[in-house]
Formats: sequence, C-alpha cells, structure tokens
Amino acid sequence: MAKRVGMEVSIAIAEAARQANVDVVSAYPITPQTHIVEHLASLVADGELDAEYITVESEHTAMSACVGAAAAGARVFTSTSSQGLALMHEILYLAPSLRTPVVMALANRALSGPISIWNDHSDVMGQRDTGWISIFANNGQEAYDLTLMAFKIGEHPDVLLPVMVNFDGFILTHVIEPLYMFEDEELEGYLPPFEYKYKLDTDNPMTLGPVGLPDVYTEAKKQQDVAIRNSRKVIDEVLKEFGENFGRKYNPIEHYKSDDADIILLTQGSVTEAAEVAVDALREQGKKVGIVELRLWRPFPFQDLIDALVNAKCVVVLDRCISFGGQAGPVLSEVRSALYHEPKRPMVVGCVAGLGGRDISLENYIEMFEIGENFLKTGKEPEIVKIVGLRE
Amino acid sequence: MMNPKPKWTELTFACIIPEPGNSVEYKTGDWKTLAPVVDKKRCIKCGTCYIFCPEYAYEKDEYGYFNPNYDYCKGCGICAVECPASCITMEEEVKE
Ligand code: SF4
Ligand code: SF4
Repeated sequence: MAKRVGMEVSIAIAEAARQANVDVVSAYPITPQTHIVEHLASLVADGELDAEYITVESEHTAMSACVGAAAAGARVFTSTSSQGLALMHEILYLAPSLRTPVVMALANRALSGPISIWNDHSDVMGQRDTGWISIFANNGQEAYDLTLMAFKIGEHPDVLLPVMVNFDGFILTHVIEPLYMFEDEELEGYLPPFEYKYKLDTDNPMTLGPVGLPDVYTEAKKQQDVAIRNSRKVIDEVLKEFGENFGRKYNPIEHYKSDDADIILLTQGSVTEAAEVAVDALREQGKKVGIVELRLWRPFPFQDLIDALVNAKCVVVLDRCISFGGQAGPVLSEVRSALYHEPKRPMVVGCVAGLGGRDISLENYIEMFEIGENFLKTGKEPEIVKIVGLRE
Repeated sequence: MMNPKPKWTELTFACIIPEPGNSVEYKTGDWKTLAPVVDKKRCIKCGTCYIFCPEYAYEKDEYGYFNPNYDYCKGCGICAVECPASCITMEEEVKE
C-alpha cells in the first residue's frame, strides 16, 4: 500500500518521474526547481533509474534534447522555472507542433526584472499560447500525482502532446509535506510502455519538422488546435481513472463552497487552499462566498467554468501575473471572455496579488471578496489593475 | 504524392513527410531571377560549384563538365562566387 511519508515536494516530483520509468531526462538547474533535477541526476548516477541524463548548457538546449528524444520514441521528462522557461520559449512551440509528449514539471516563479527567484505565475502565463497542455497542482500531493498522470495524458495515442505541470516555487517545492507515495509495484501497468508510432527510425526514414509553405501552414495549425482541444476527453478519463484506482479525485475545475456562493474567488495553484481559510471565516459571518479553482489551464475548460460560475453574482479573478497595459492579468481576460456569450452571467472583476513571492495574508483574501462586494454594490470596477497587498 | 493543397483533415500527422527522398518532386527553379551560366572554355572541372550548390543542382556530364539543372537551380549565386576559375556568371534568364 501507498505509504504516507514526509518528503520534500521537489524530491517527490523527481520520484514520480523515476516511477514513470523515464528514458531520458534533460534539464538545466534553476532555483527553485534545482532539487528535482539534482535528485534525478543522482538516481541515474547511482543506477536506480535506467535513463539517459543529458547534461546541457542551457534550457534552450534542454528542451531541444527533450523534443529530439521524444521524437526518437523515448519517455522524456524535464523541469524548469522562470527564466529557464523563458529561454526555452522557441523550442516550446516545437514540442506540440511535432506532437512530442514531453512532460515538464514547472516550478512557477517570477520573471526578471527586478531579479526575483520567488513565486508567481508570470513564467507559465508567458508561454500560454505555445500549445502545451497545462495543469496546476495546489499542493505537493497533487504535484506528485499530476506528474504521473501527465505521462499518461501526453503519451496517449489520441493526444501525443507535451504536458506541463505547474506548482508554486518555494511554497511547494521546498516544503516537506506528508504525502502518499506509491510503492513501485502499485504502479505496475499504470503507464504502458510508450510506443510512438511516428518515431524517428533509420530503417523507416521520414521527415519530422519540415518547412510548411503558405499552402499548408494554416492547415497544420488547425490540426494542432483540434488536437489539444480533443485531448480533453483523455484528460477527463485519466483524472477519473486515477480517482477510481487510487482514491484521490481531480477535476479540470475544482470548487470550494461555491455552489450557493454569491461571490466567487477564482484561483490557480497553492493560493487555493490558503484562500479556503478566508472563505470559512467569511461564511461564519454569514457571507455567501466560495472558491473556484481553474486547475486545467490548457485546453481551457470553457463549459465547466461557465457551469461553475453562472449562478454567482460576482467573480473575483486572482491573477498572479500582470498583463502590462492590458486587463489586470491573463486569467481575468480569459475568464471574462469565456462568460461573455452567456445570457446570464456574473459580473467579473480582477485583482493581482502575490507577485514575486509577496505573501498573501488572510486579510488580503478577505479584501478580495470585499472587492466583489463593493463591485456588486456600486457597479463600478476598481482601478484597472487592482493590486492587493500593494503599499500605497 | 500527397495532394499539394490538402484540407487540414488530409494533412499527415504533425506534418511528417512519410516518403523519403521526395524533395526531387519539388522544383525550386522558378525562384530565380538570375541564372548561372558556365563558360566552359575557362572551366577547370574542379567540381567546386557542385559541392557548394545548396540545391545539388549541378550535374556532371560525360566530358567532366558541371552543368546546372535549371529545374532546381534557385539562382542564389553561390556557385558564381565560389568558382575558382571565375567562369560562372549570373545572367538574366532569356525567355525565347
Ligand atoms: S567551380 Fe567553376 S571551374 Fe570548377 S567545375 Fe564548377 S564551373 Fe568549372
Ligand atoms: S545559383 Fe545557387 S542554386 Fe543555382 S546552381 Fe548556383 S549554387 Fe546552385
């Protein structure tokens, strides 16, 4: 049976990659992801994981090696954060367009400048449109479980797309959390060997990644967009099957006391559990508030989100990233536009908090719900980028 | 050969080209504005043009001279620059 152990979340994520029996790891260390790749490097060096660990001089090369290895039919894992992800940007587009199911553990961190090694969601949001399946964990257990599931989703013959698992840097990576780790035997058969039908093979030559002249580029992009939208079916199956087999249930959208809520805070990542404390406190005062967590970021779960939000009066979207000169943050603009065509829809307002490692206090969460209350009362949006916890 | 203008549903998976060596079907000759013309009187048959041509357009004839195949020559001019005998000139293609 699965044991409950106290383990640093980074190590648990690396162990998930070991238990997935990856063939190739290529990564470059960066805070706060370093312990993940260090642990994998020692597993390979100590002979506990029969994999090729490709050391590289940059994240750009790490992602290039991962895409190449996956195209050769290997099960591939990498991990990065922040500037490292930004440096991968060019190659991030190749993984989905070549349909190579690389799995990436992304320790979410702010971007320079000023230089910050601390947590927010600027890194993942900057790569929103690269075509990766993107999913958020809000604690260490979820990061471990979702890393395992990411291989199952990405490598499914109906998907064949890369998957990034997001978890908050430091807040999760460096925490020792009690979590259930599978015994290796329990996972036997969970991940079938990866058979990539189109793998590069000198006995069966073909070209992967050719030039797409104007005559075919448009059609290629349509094919790719349909592929990620269709991956939703497999994502649902994998989440459901995991819950049935192992008892931990995951959904593309998660709820906390939101069914009868007038004001809903929309979250992603580890803030979700922290904000639940504020919901409990406000519920005690008789306020009908709740949380909806947007766990699945890409493909965007339109219908689930609409179903979760339409009965509320107001949704306050918490962005962990600023969209400079635009709507407060990318999550706000996506949520607002997803609801736009609904005949009955809540008011949607946004706020930004927790940038570059700034703690979000209980008072801050309560203030977020108050933004919703005031918005309902006055019908007037606060300033366009409302930052909660800002000194002013 | 695949339909050159496939619908998105007809396109191969991830745009792979499953058939090796089919680039010969793609003629790049109509890209050029200037075409290389070899002055055989000065050619030393060294094959530098053949080696440098990015389209592999040069073909060796029975006398050992290298001649560009205009179906594939895209007019880049590399051969004319590299020829050690300076016997290749880039000229307007004259339509008869
Ligand atoms: S490079 Fe010039 S000299 Fe050499 S074979 Fe070609 S045309 Fe002749
Ligand atoms: S002009 Fe360029 S493409 Fe044409 S024969 Fe010379 S090197 Fe080849």
